[in-house]
Amino acid sequence: MTRRIAVVSAGLSNPSSTRMLADRLAQATVGELRARGIEAEVDVVELRELAHDITNNLLAGFAPPALEDAINRVVSADGLIAVTPIFSTSYSGLFKSFFDVIDPDALTGMPVLIGANAGTARHSLAIDYAIRPLFAYLHAEPVSTGVFAASSDWGARADEVRPLASRVERGARELAEAIARREPRAVVDPFDPDAFLGEGRSFGHLLGGLAGE
Amino acid sequence: MQFGIFSVSDITRDPTTGETPSEAQRIRDIVTIAKHVEEVGLDVFAIGEHHNPPFFSSSPTTTLAYIGAQTTNLILSTATTLITTNDPVKIAEDYAMLQHLTGGRVDLVMGRGNTGPVYPWFGQDIRQGLPLAIEHYALLRELWEKDVVDWEGTFRTPLQGFTATPRPLDGVAPFVWHGSIRTPEIAEQAAYYGDGFFANNIFWPKEHYQRLITLYRQRYAHYGHGTPEQAIVGLGGQAFMAKNSQDAVAAFRPYFDNAPVYGHGPSLEEFQELTPLTVGSPQQVIDRYAAMRDHYGDYQRQLFLVDHAGLPLKTVLEQLDLLGGEVVPVLRRELAENRPAEVPDAPTHAARVAAVYGDGPARQARPTSAGGNNLTVGGPYQDTPIAAPPATSGSAFGPAATQKENAR
Repeated sequence: MTRRIAVVSAGLSNPSSTRMLADRLAQATVGELRARGIEAEVDVVELRELAHDITNNLLAGFAPPALEDAINRVVSADGLIAVTPIFSTSYSGLFKSFFDVIDPDALTGMPVLIGANAGTARHSLAIDYAIRPLFAYLHAEPVSTGVFAASSDWGARADEVRPLASRVERGARELAEAIARREPRAVVDPFDPDAFLGEGRSFGHLLGGLAGE
Repeated sequence: MQFGIFSVSDITRDPTTGETPSEAQRIRDIVTIAKHVEEVGLDVFAIGEHHNPPFFSSSPTTTLAYIGAQTTNLILSTATTLITTNDPVKIAEDYAMLQHLTGGRVDLVMGRGNTGPVYPWFGQDIRQGLPLAIEHYALLRELWEKDVVDWEGTFRTPLQGFTATPRPLDGVAPFVWHGSIRTPEIAEQAAYYGDGFFANNIFWPKEHYQRLITLYRQRYAHYGHGTPEQAIVGLGGQAFMAKNSQDAVAAFRPYFDNAPVYGHGPSLEEFQELTPLTVGSPQQVIDRYAAMRDHYGDYQRQLFLVDHAGLPLKTVLEQLDLLGGEVVPVLRRELAENRPAEVPDAPTHAARVAAVYGDGPARQARPTSAGGNNLTVGGPYQDTPIAAPPATSGSAFGPAATQKENAR
């Protein structure tokens, strides 16, 4: 069965180095999965295109169709690659707002590879002090490697000890392993009585439960 | 099919004049509005319950009783009654009282409230919102159905031999709808009891409410109350009209853009596309709402929101004239066409009394001289059954009835 990797990219410019990093992570993860005999497809969500919808969702309480579709694609994927530029020491506001409009339970158990980019490598720990806690709170399961790309990683003065390519490869391997370990992701329908009552149960059980019986 | 309006009771600055009505003004206006609802030939007036500014409707039964005294046929309802933070004992008493005063022109929509802080104002905890709604409602049913209630639960002090007075008019409790915009357990609750389900149908795309209503209809049948098509569904809606649709858009836009709930968010055009809000000519409103049954199935009640976001009284009354004069008569006709015979009419007190008693006389509760000592003298009313109170009726009550038996 083909697995699906959702890629959320919060880059604002075009071309965007956030998207470049996201694409490399996605490509490498597909390659790592293929090496394990698993076919995977990549499903990219560009938050820039959804920025107005995300704000409207924050204000009006519901997701317009394009945003709802993107949210559904993300929460039903087998793995998530989430990449944001670092703004003022943390994820961008747009990136956070997207995760704010997703049901807080919807990413439970989701393998996540975190990526971030910024002008200098001095921001690199933001992955671990700012972005990782977000996914921990959501009960997602971010792999231990996060991949940070500074502007220099794309140019001449790149890190020569652990170049970007090897960091991408390591993160991708961890995500691929996490996806391979799991069954394909099943999405629970919240309107299925089995989902909110428990399998085969009746409303009487809710009443009885309250009475301690 | 019943048509009417529902008000959230907001006191909002009119963005076109900068004027904010006083509480006194807005409360006088709501009475005028409710009376006009009857004058233009609509059936239902419903009002919300809120306990914080900018809303005024903290005491819905007071308002509804005052309106009931000045109308003759108008059904008085709520949108919604806070089943979570109100003591079910007080709800049982207040609404039975309102039933008597208005000749049974009362029903209720149960809801859980729209703001977190309201819970502690009444000694409750929002984290228990759903269990509160479930337990409180179960108690409310029991208070209306049984003359003498022994009860123990999680959220309020136990009751021993308690009688909620007055007893429901003609021995038939007010009809109850359950309102929810997102919680499947509430649709389940409505289905379990065979009550109505009301979808406010204002804020979100129809697909969302379709899922809730479909669930409610399926579970209504599951619990043995009838077919899915026989479940009792109410819908909200929102419209603003002028003869010429461009005039409607121009007049409503400032109110929309500054509205408390969705203002400064999606554009009026986007919001109209995504939600049932219809701003235009009466014919456009007719077309949009005649199609509601295609989305939700044949239903029993349609309420419109018309008096919010700072719209002045004069405008609201004009909207009611258009609704009652041009829109609702056509909708009544169109929604009656091809309506399957087995789809029930909207609930009324008279119909519910007839369903219980047929042509026989309805119960008229007359106290005994027990003087409040309900446990030893055979009962508080002359016709209170001497043996154990009657089990609640209907197959849906299997698990609950068993549980009560065990508890006793």
